[in-house]
Amino acid sequence: MNIMNEFAAHKGSDTVQDTRVKASFGSRLGFGVLYLILGILAVIQIYPLFWLLLFSLKTNQEVFGMSPFALPQHPQWSNYPKVWSQGHINLYFFNSVWYTVVAVLLTIVLASFVTFAITRMNWKWSKFVLGLFIVGLMIPLHSTLIPLFNFFKHVHLIDNPLSVLLSYTAFNLPVTIMILLGFYQAIPREIEEAGVMDGCSVHRIFFRIVLPLTTPVLATTAIINMIYNWNEFVFVNTFISSDRWKTLTVGVNNFVGQYLTDWGAIGATLMISILPILIAFLLLSNRIVEGLAAGSVKG
Amino acid sequence: MLVKAVMSNRSAIALYVLPALILILIIIYIPLVLTGYYGMMDWKGFAPMKFIGLGNYNKLIHDSMFWKSTYHSVLLGICSTLSLLIYLAVSMVLASRIKGANLFRKIYLIPMLLSSVAIAQLWSKIYDPSNGIINHLLISMGVQNPPLWLSDPNIVLFAIFVPIVWQYAGFYIIIYYAALKNVPEEVMEAATIDGATPWQVATRIKLPLIAPVFKVTIILALVGSLKYFDLIFVMTGGGPNHASEVMASYMYGEAFSKYNFGYGSAIGFALLLICLLMTWLIRKLTTSGEDVQY
Repeated sequence: MNIMNEFAAHKGSDTVQDTRVKASFGSRLGFGVLYLILGILAVIQIYPLFWLLLFSLKTNQEVFGMSPFALPQHPQWSNYPKVWSQGHINLYFFNSVWYTVVAVLLTIVLASFVTFAITRMNWKWSKFVLGLFIVGLMIPLHSTLIPLFNFFKHVHLIDNPLSVLLSYTAFNLPVTIMILLGFYQAIPREIEEAGVMDGCSVHRIFFRIVLPLTTPVLATTAIINMIYNWNEFVFVNTFISSDRWKTLTVGVNNFVGQYLTDWGAIGATLMISILPILIAFLLLSNRIVEGLAAGSVKG
Repeated sequence: MLVKAVMSNRSAIALYVLPALILILIIIYIPLVLTGYYGMMDWKGFAPMKFIGLGNYNKLIHDSMFWKSTYHSVLLGICSTLSLLIYLAVSMVLASRIKGANLFRKIYLIPMLLSSVAIAQLWSKIYDPSNGIINHLLISMGVQNPPLWLSDPNIVLFAIFVPIVWQYAGFYIIIYYAALKNVPEEVMEAATIDGATPWQVATRIKLPLIAPVFKVTIILALVGSLKYFDLIFVMTGGGPNHASEVMASYMYGEAFSKYNFGYGSAIGFALLLICLLMTWLIRKLTTSGEDVQY
């Protein structure tokens, strides 16, 4: 491999690197082994879910009488409508949907307000307040659980969706602000200056100029928040006691506890609970990858 | 200046900041203080609480069950931190001229999207002694008495650790992958031209440059482990015979099964202190060298 090729690598570096790979049999073998390992890891990550799909379509005779790896002989799609109408799964599902939607909207609006005020406006305590939000990332929510339970009991919000919605919002504000932060800091100052020259008030600058600019990152925070809220367990399990207000995670857990031996029903219930997230991932995987990476490390 | 005046509008700042600030004060920070205070109460069931000073904390220090659960939490934290090295190795492979790297890392991420409840239920089935895939594989490979993964106190913690790795692998891989892709291409090319081997490029250039990110992930893995709850609560409930009890599950059981709210609060406060101490300790230990900028 000569220097000329190395320089050519600056343009279209991938193609040149590929020819470099092809150059030696040894490195080709090495890459083969690497791909094999990566492929095995991919199978390990995916196969349990495929297996879940398999046993959600089986009868109990197949589950208990045949190899767990066998394909279902006559896929029992009826397991799905069966669990959907029995055991309140449909109710839990729609509770999860509206809890998620409301909490995501509330979190995004409040986080946008705070991030705007902290990054774009001038005030004395902004650093300290930002610190309060960011430290929230390190707080174990279990340490707040007993006082929160006591507080919600005193204000009669136990077994009321509001207790869950407020908890979701408060605990998701830190990660949401963290994702928004970098984006807001990168907006050029000239934007506000132009707004002020045109006679805009600060509210107009926020709602009409800055907030619309953040749409891409808002989409990222929305999807991340959606995943967190959809999957949340502890708050609902602690604050909600009646079936009427339970979400899918808690409902599914209770359901599985009751139908210990009906694997087909359990599988179908679990599939229903993860399907919305899997569909969101198929459609928006880039945003999810970006959001998870940004929410954990930046700042 | 006019811009500065507009952007210092105090009532606007209050309007934007106060709703969220009041919310986190009520839902996060005041409860944190209260948990320490409730820890000083004799408060069982629905009887009124009574101040007993440091009685609960004294009991906590001598409670072997608390220390056992702390040990399990720390053990999970150390194993999670060690597994970071595997994720880092996979990420370095992915970030080095692998076709389809983007697809691989997305596939690896999928378990991270599922709820811990779903993962716990699914893995309970995977571990099922007679109908699960693991023991079926072991039996077909000739193993006579495959382990009872979730009911054997000696291996239950390991059995719980496996789905944790399965769940979080993709998360750490995308973090490392993004960091590695941030290392400027020119630096590595210059090193290659100067005769550095791929191994030297990896260990002498890439690793030092992503050290700050690695530090953050150590905190995430360790402190995250101290907070593990959902998966263990659903899979084993801390059992059998407390063999998989962790700090959060012990606190939850004391408070919401036995209604020992006073003692549960003391455990919750200890959990908070240990989390903060760990975070501080790791920051302290890892800031010896100057942070590398790129």
